[in-house]
Amino acid sequence: MAQGALPEVWVLVAHREGSVRKITYELLGTARGLAGEGRVVAVLLGGGVEDPARIFGQRGADEVMVIDDPRLTQYTTEGYAAALAALASEHTPALLLIGSTAQGRDLAPRLAARLGAAIVTDCQTLALEGGELVATRPMYTRKAIGTVRLAQGRPWIAVVLPAVFPVPEESDRSVEVREASLPAEVRIRTRVVETRAIERETVPLTEADVIVSGGRGLRGPENFALLDALARALEAAVGSSRPPVDSGWVPHDYEIGQTGKTVSPQVYIACGISGAPQHLAGMSGSKFIVAINKDPNAPIFQLADLGVVGDLFEILPRLTEAVKKRKAAG
Amino acid sequence: MNVIVCIKQVPDTEAPIRIRAGGGIDETGLNLVMNYYDEHATEAALRLREQFGGTVTVVAVGPERTREALRQALAMGADEATLLRDPALDAADHLQVARALAAFIRSRTPDAVICGKLSTDDNAAVVGAALAELLDLPQATAIAKLELDAGAGHATVHRELEGALEILEVPLPALFTVERSLNEPRYPSLPGIMKAKRKEIAVLDLAALGLSANELGPAGATLTGLATPPGRTAGIQVNGADPDAAVEAIVTFLGDRAKVL
Repeated sequence: MAQGALPEVWVLVAHREGSVRKITYELLGTARGLAGEGRVVAVLLGGGVEDPARIFGQRGADEVMVIDDPRLTQYTTEGYAAALAALASEHTPALLLIGSTAQGRDLAPRLAARLGAAIVTDCQTLALEGGELVATRPMYTRKAIGTVRLAQGRPWIAVVLPAVFPVPEESDRSVEVREASLPAEVRIRTRVVETRAIERETVPLTEADVIVSGGRGLRGPENFALLDALARALEAAVGSSRPPVDSGWVPHDYEIGQTGKTVSPQVYIACGISGAPQHLAGMSGSKFIVAINKDPNAPIFQLADLGVVGDLFEILPRLTEAVKKRKAAG
Repeated sequence: MNVIVCIKQVPDTEAPIRIRAGGGIDETGLNLVMNYYDEHATEAALRLREQFGGTVTVVAVGPERTREALRQALAMGADEATLLRDPALDAADHLQVARALAAFIRSRTPDAVICGKLSTDDNAAVVGAALAELLDLPQATAIAKLELDAGAGHATVHRELEGALEILEVPLPALFTVERSLNEPRYPSLPGIMKAKRKEIAVLDLAALGLSANELGPAGATLTGLATPPGRTAGIQVNGADPDAAVEAIVTFLGDRAKVL
C-alpha cells in the first residue's frame, strides 16, 4: 500500500548531442507518482537542449535545474558525479531517479558511494511504503523478481529500466528554470577521445517499440538483411540472440540476453531464435512476443503470444511487403 | 603492472532458481560458478601481466564456498587469492561490499582494478563504480576494448553507449569493469589446476581489514523478498506451411493486438 509522498524527487535528464532520451520522460512520470503534490525537478547537466522549461514542464516537472558548464558538455563520470553531489548536498532531494543507460549505470553507483546514498538498480516498479522506497527488479537472469527496500541513506538513488514506465501525457505547461553552477575545482581524469555514432542504430534497442531479432536460424550474416528490411518497414530496431554474435555475423551490440542488452519493447519479433534461458533473460519483459521458428518444439513458443511454425526465409520477405502495404494504406 | 580482480561466485545462469519459502534461494544442488563477467575480468588482468609483467591478485567477498571461484581464477593463472569473509558481510548491500573491497585494495597499490560489468545473480552493476569512488580512482565501465600504454601511464578503452561507441583515455591507476566482448577467457590448464590446488587462499575478516562496523556503514538497501516472475504462457500458434496465411496472422496480430501497425 502506498503511503504518503516524497517532498522532492529529482530526475536526471539523459541527453546526448541535444536530443533527450525517452527514459527522461518516463522518469518524470514516475517521479510525479512518487512526489504527489511535492516537487519534481528535472536536472539538466550540460547545455545544448532546446527549450528545457517547456519540454520538461510538459511532462510533469515543476522546475528545471540546469548547470550549463563547458566541463559538462560531454558526459564524464567525474564531472557528472561532482555536479550532482554538489546539487544534492545543497538541496537535499529525497530521491534521485536515473535512467538505466550506459551513462546512468556508470554514474549512479559512483554518486551513491560519494554521497553514502542507498542505491537500487534495474527498477521496474517503485513505490513508497511506511516511509521506505520499495523497488522490484529482475534478478537471477529474470528467473526471480526481487523486492528491495531503501530506508536509510538519503538521497535514495534508483536506477530505472527504460521502456517500463509510460511517458506521461503532454500538458501545456512551461516551468521555472533555475541555473546552478559547477564547483570551481572539479577533477575530471578521463578524457573523451571520441564518440562515434553507430549509424545503423536509428532507434536504440533499449528504447525501440518494436524489435526484430534473429538467431542461429538465420544461418548466416547475409540473411540479417531480411531483418533489416522488416525493421525499416516497421520502424523497428534489429537485435540478435547470442549465437550470431559468437559466430561473428553481427557485432556484440546487437546482442539481447543475459550477456547482452535487456529490452522490453511493445513487440519483440524473434526470428530463428530457439529461446535459450540466456536469451529469454533479456527479452521476456517484452509486452508481446512473436516467434517464427521452424522447430515446433523450440522453447520460445512457450512464451510467444503468437508463434509461427514455419520457414522464416519464406515468411520474412512476404511479411515486409505486407507491412509496407498496410502502412501505405494508412 | 599489478592488477587486482574482484570476483563473485554466483549460480550458473543455466540452472533453475528455486525460491525458499523464507526468502532467498535454495542452494541445494545448485551449481555455483565464478560470475561470467569476472572470467573476462580475470582474462583481461592475465593479458596485462603477460604484456607488462607484474602480478594478478583476485579477491572476493562471500561465504566459505566462494573459495571455489577463487580457485578457478587461480587455475586460470592468477598469482594470489584472498577471500573477505565476515558474518557482518552476509547481508551486506553493494556499498558495504565495495567498502570491504576498498579496505583490502587500499592495502596494496595496484595499477589497475578490474571487475565484471555486473554479476549475473543480482544484476546490480553497483560494486565496480562504487569501488572506484571509494578508492578515488578514475573509472571506465562496461569496456569492450582495453589498450594500455604503460609508458604514457594511461589506458584507451571503448565503451558501447546506446547508438554510439565511446573512446576514453583513462590515466592509471584506474578501475575498469568489463563487457563480455572484451576478450575470450582462457580455460584453466591441467597444470594450472594442479598449481591452483596447492595455493593458499588468504581469508580476512573485517577486523583483519581494519574496517570497523562504523566504517562499513549501514545497509541502505535490503533485499526483502524474492518471487517467481509471472509466467508467460503460449498464445496462438499458427502453422506456417502456408507462408501467406502466416503473414496475414502476423500482420493482424501486430495491428489488432500489439497496435504497432
